[in-house]
Amino acid sequence: MARYIMKRFVLMVVTVLIIATLTFFLMNLLPGSPLNEERTTNESVQQNLEAHFNLDEPLIVQYGLYLKSIATFDFGPSIKQPTETVNSLLGRGFPISAELGIWTILVAIVSGIALGVFAALKHNGVIDYIAMTIAVLGISIPNFVLATMLIQELAVNRGIFPAATWSSPAHMVLPILALATGPMAIIARLTRSSMLETLTQDYIKTARAKGLSPVKVVVKHALKNALMPVVTILGTLMAGILTGTFVIEKIFAIPGMGKYFVQSINQRDYPVIMGTTVFYSAFLVFMLFLVDIAYGLLDPRIKLHDEGGG
Amino acid sequence: MEKILDINDLHVSFVTYGGEVQAVRGVDLELYKGETLAIVGESGCGKSVTANSIMRLIPSPPGKIKKGSIHFKGNDMTKLSNKQVRKIRGVDISMIFQDPMTALNPTLTIGNQLTEGLKQHRNISSTQANKQAVDMLKLVGIPNPEERMKQYPHQFSGGMRQRIVIAMALICEPELLIADEPTTALDVTIQAQILQLFQKIQRETGVSIILITHDLGVVAKIADRIAVMYAGKVIETGTRQEIFYRPNHPYTQGLLNSVPRLDQKGEKLIPIAGTPPDLFSPPEGCPFTARCPKAMEVCSRVYPFQTELSGTHAVDCWLQDERAKKYTASP
Repeated sequence: MARYIMKRFVLMVVTVLIIATLTFFLMNLLPGSPLNEERTTNESVQQNLEAHFNLDEPLIVQYGLYLKSIATFDFGPSIKQPTETVNSLLGRGFPISAELGIWTILVAIVSGIALGVFAALKHNGVIDYIAMTIAVLGISIPNFVLATMLIQELAVNRGIFPAATWSSPAHMVLPILALATGPMAIIARLTRSSMLETLTQDYIKTARAKGLSPVKVVVKHALKNALMPVVTILGTLMAGILTGTFVIEKIFAIPGMGKYFVQSINQRDYPVIMGTTVFYSAFLVFMLFLVDIAYGLLDPRIKLHDEGGG
Repeated sequence: MEKILDINDLHVSFVTYGGEVQAVRGVDLELYKGETLAIVGESGCGKSVTANSIMRLIPSPPGKIKKGSIHFKGNDMTKLSNKQVRKIRGVDISMIFQDPMTALNPTLTIGNQLTEGLKQHRNISSTQANKQAVDMLKLVGIPNPEERMKQYPHQFSGGMRQRIVIAMALICEPELLIADEPTTALDVTIQAQILQLFQKIQRETGVSIILITHDLGVVAKIADRIAVMYAGKVIETGTRQEIFYRPNHPYTQGLLNSVPRLDQKGEKLIPIAGTPPDLFSPPEGCPFTARCPKAMEVCSRVYPFQTELSGTHAVDCWLQDERAKKYTASP
């Protein structure tokens, strides 16, 4: 186990490094630079500024400096917002984005599994059809469309929830709903089909033959096995939710990390682009690692050895 | 001897898109205390459905007990509520399924699976339940039971798993054990061990066993009485000696002829030609008529009455009917 974690850790670092490198060179391939603006600046001022942000160095030296900043986790000041450092932006944006993300994942998992389980237990019944209709709609409607529809209906027309920003629990309802519906639908469909398959297994019959109550048969014997495929796609879903936050934060004017991320790309704010990208990728890679660990804990047949890749 | 199970005129059907499959069509069976009854017949003859009906484990829908009664110690299993049935399942009647590789939950330790039945039905502590489970594992011949309790099913071989399944079925000391093809998925040496285990358990606990199988070798080894099923009906019952030495139904004779024998050297096996009838629309008369070498005209029209050949031996065949003897020579 310890060896497995060590090996995974090394792989995680390599993954983040590759992402960081790709981002760095892609970023520099983009036309323009943070100091390249419409107004004309004095030649010497321009040169001083470039020197200050090390933009006059050859690309490879900049890359080296940048790797150093990753290693020390100090991305320096933002070029566009001189009063902020990248770290202070992350520190302010991350808690809000994390709050949005965690609630979304919780809502998606809990309601998705519940919907899937009930649909499977009432296979081909009314509940099943209702649940699967919700699921198909949830998968088909992109979150930005759903978000605008929710704002129009529940905020503008009925005024039940506030339309934007992030200050009270009521403010959180619409963004979380908009972001969680897609993953919830995927989880519900997957849970349903995997539950249906699990319920026909011999060990379910064995459990019933022991005289266990239906609740115990479903929760103890079926659910754990039925959730294996759900755990497997959780990593992918997490990546989806993470990119979803960019859009949703923009629509609902939520001051999370996504805002700075999108803004920084538009403004070519190199340190902020690099900082947020590295942070996002490190976070995602770590989440995928947690999913793998959870998989091993759920299914005793999967051993977290270091053979067979990682 | 005390009669513990009495099945009367049991009809079980499955309603599917294609129509109604009449899987069991009027089965009468009885079982006495401490006895081993084997139900034999080819695939699809309704033997497993009969067994599952006893414990009300027929998936419903699509399955349904249409008619008949299953009296177990005075209670009619077909009339009890689900809750009452759950108090009987695992406690008074236990079941062992065919494939030990899939009958155990892969994500739970075998200790957990062994004790959960006990904890459900008996008011006992975990330590006590664990101790009983260890004793049970010893009884079925699992070495190092204490350590094995903490392991998962994938860490056991097929034969070991079947022993665990048997231990699980016996842990609440049931009076009736239904074994649905318990040795089919095992190799021959393990089969013999498991059969010996059944005999040992029966000697020590006095449990009655219903053994469902298509393997006549298994039957010859441990059955006291045999019921031969064909197309949802019991066509012949008798003691082991009666069925093996004086089979009366042409189907039973055919079954025995299709098994290799050590005492008849060089003879070819005689398979039964044809296939069993379609149970969507079972034939009116004897279902074996189309494959029967001795079929008469009456066979395809009217299902034969039961003829009692001795106190224990009965057969559903026109050949044994008094009136038929006038036309054909005795088989």
